[in-house]
Amino acid sequence: MAEVAFDARHDPEAAAATRRYFWNRFLIYAVLTLFAVIYLAPLLVVVFNSLREQSEIARNGLISLPRSFRLDAWAEAWGTYCVSGTCEGMKRNFFNSLWMAIPATVISTLLGAMNGYVLSKWRFKGSEILFNLMLLGVFMPGQISLMPWAFLLGKLGLTNSTYGLVLIHVVQGISFTTLFCRNFYVSIPDDLIKAARIDGAGFWRIFRKIILPLSPPILIVTVIWQFTGIWNEYLFGVVFTSGQQQPITAALVALTAGGTTARAYDVMSAAVLIGALPPLLIYLFGGKYFVRGLTQGAIK
Amino acid sequence: MSTLTIRNLHKSYGAVEILAGINLEAQTGEFVALVGPSGCGKSTLLAMIAGLETVTSGEIWIGDRLVNSVQPKDRDIAMVFQSYALYPTMTVRENITFGMESRGVPKAAQAEAVKRVAALLQIEQLLKRKPGQLSGGQRQRVAMGRALVRDPKLFLFDEPLSNLDAKLRVDMRTEIKKLHHRVGKTTVYVTHDQVEAMTLASRIAVMNQGSVQQFDTPKQIYDRPTNMFVAGFMGSPAMNFIPARLTGSSSISVRAADGTDATLTVATPLPAGAPKDVVLGVRPEHIYRFTTDLKSRKPAVESMQAPVELVEPTGAETLAVLRLGALEITGRFEPDDAPIMGETIALGIDMSRACLFDPTTKALL
Repeated sequence: MAEVAFDARHDPEAAAATRRYFWNRFLIYAVLTLFAVIYLAPLLVVVFNSLREQSEIARNGLISLPRSFRLDAWAEAWGTYCVSGTCEGMKRNFFNSLWMAIPATVISTLLGAMNGYVLSKWRFKGSEILFNLMLLGVFMPGQISLMPWAFLLGKLGLTNSTYGLVLIHVVQGISFTTLFCRNFYVSIPDDLIKAARIDGAGFWRIFRKIILPLSPPILIVTVIWQFTGIWNEYLFGVVFTSGQQQPITAALVALTAGGTTARAYDVMSAAVLIGALPPLLIYLFGGKYFVRGLTQGAIK
Repeated sequence: MSTLTIRNLHKSYGAVEILAGINLEAQTGEFVALVGPSGCGKSTLLAMIAGLETVTSGEIWIGDRLVNSVQPKDRDIAMVFQSYALYPTMTVRENITFGMESRGVPKAAQAEAVKRVAALLQIEQLLKRKPGQLSGGQRQRVAMGRALVRDPKLFLFDEPLSNLDAKLRVDMRTEIKKLHHRVGKTTVYVTHDQVEAMTLASRIAVMNQGSVQQFDTPKQIYDRPTNMFVAGFMGSPAMNFIPARLTGSSSISVRAADGTDATLTVATPLPAGAPKDVVLGVRPEHIYRFTTDLKSRKPAVESMQAPVELVEPTGAETLAVLRLGALEITGRFEPDDAPIMGETIALGIDMSRACLFDPTTKALL
């Protein structure tokens, strides 16, 4: 019986089903490809332009396939291009962004983890209200806090410095990191905490020995979220820093506002890509952990 | 001295009263089971003994120390949780030593203690594994190992067998009993399973709605339940409750299926002032097929007629549902001598084992 060959040609219904299946798939993939092209086209244009010669761009226009290939624009954008008098490229701003995003990410994630731990495992009278108030921060647009921050940074003497931006991003990010961690820790059984308390472990020991070792999935989520968010942030960077202190997102704008000379589209493209690279790499290497961390509970 | 004494313990969350004046005590080495339906407060009571819940009012003494406001870690207790609560990121060895680490026990002493406990529970080969790699029964052993290693004054078990399958549960029950005999620690054991309570405990506290209904030996609880709740909760199938009328100081009448009244003689005369209407409580195993031979062996057996409505053979015994007036009662019979569906049998009720209750107060008469 297992030897009976199933031949679609002799079964008109099955043949029709196969045909239908094929056309359905075809349609789905056609639509997906079309949208992928639409979304990827700008990125492609920028990548191409970063590799083309400026003269070729001038001749053939901004949107065109590359006829030349060179990496000079990348080198220039990184280290030698002149923006308003200084000829150091984006290098300094790139590192500004890095020294802003890394500490801000680490600190806000750690604070979020501790907040989440307290709000899920050491509840106290009013802890739910506190959590809901913290949640408000998730929905609050950054512009609202511009004036208070200007005032506070002025008082603290942190205007036009990376430290100021670190402070801003830590505080602005706590709502998100707390939300992520708290919701993750809620799924850790309370019995674990009780057992540890009977075993003689205190608040910090339980956090270090039991909670943190269970946390990698959610810490990866908050790190990715915070790092990309802080790196891509523009408003605070452009408002509170200038010139050499600016993060790369703010500096890119200064690049386009070059003024008198002809626009160097090749260098600008390379600079934009340099600025976009870290979040892109994080997405490529960490994206799957992001989804996994958000969907899985603490205990498998 | 490792006794446990609880005096007039109350617990309430706002206006909701969870425990309403609990009095309980466990002697050194005693095994006390707290049993009752869900929401009766037994787990809350255990958490309060452990120090995981605050005391609203009343006193908890461990040994000669009042521990109301003592931290869990300083109460010299060990607890086994229903979920086992093994630390998932640690190996079995680390799970067992975690408490000793926290208390700063020297490494050599830790290794010695792990060795002793692992040998006792036969988990030596599991020490390097993580909890996720263990079966339910193994996790249970590790959880007990973590408790045993502490050598505490008081052992607390919170429904430790509920997550195991039926067969393993019976095996582990036997092991817990053996273990208790060997280490002889004072133990408080919470369960909703009355069989577990009966088999393990030296004394049982039956709880309902935040108060202890009866605190006594398993035999007393089973034979002389103090009220209808205890009588109905302990024992499976449950005790039959049959409405009856008092006809004399030591005789009652029960309405049979055919509408006639059967008069039964009560083994011990009722106290004066007993209500006219009473409830006769008979356990299924005290219902027999009536014969003259039985009567000569058990003089207290009283007879009446009852049709058989349903027969349920379980192998070891056969349960029969019998009609008595408007209600159905369950009897437990030898499979060889079991009634047949549809027949009307002469029912023998062993009145020396029967209980009489007051239907309004539900208390034993």
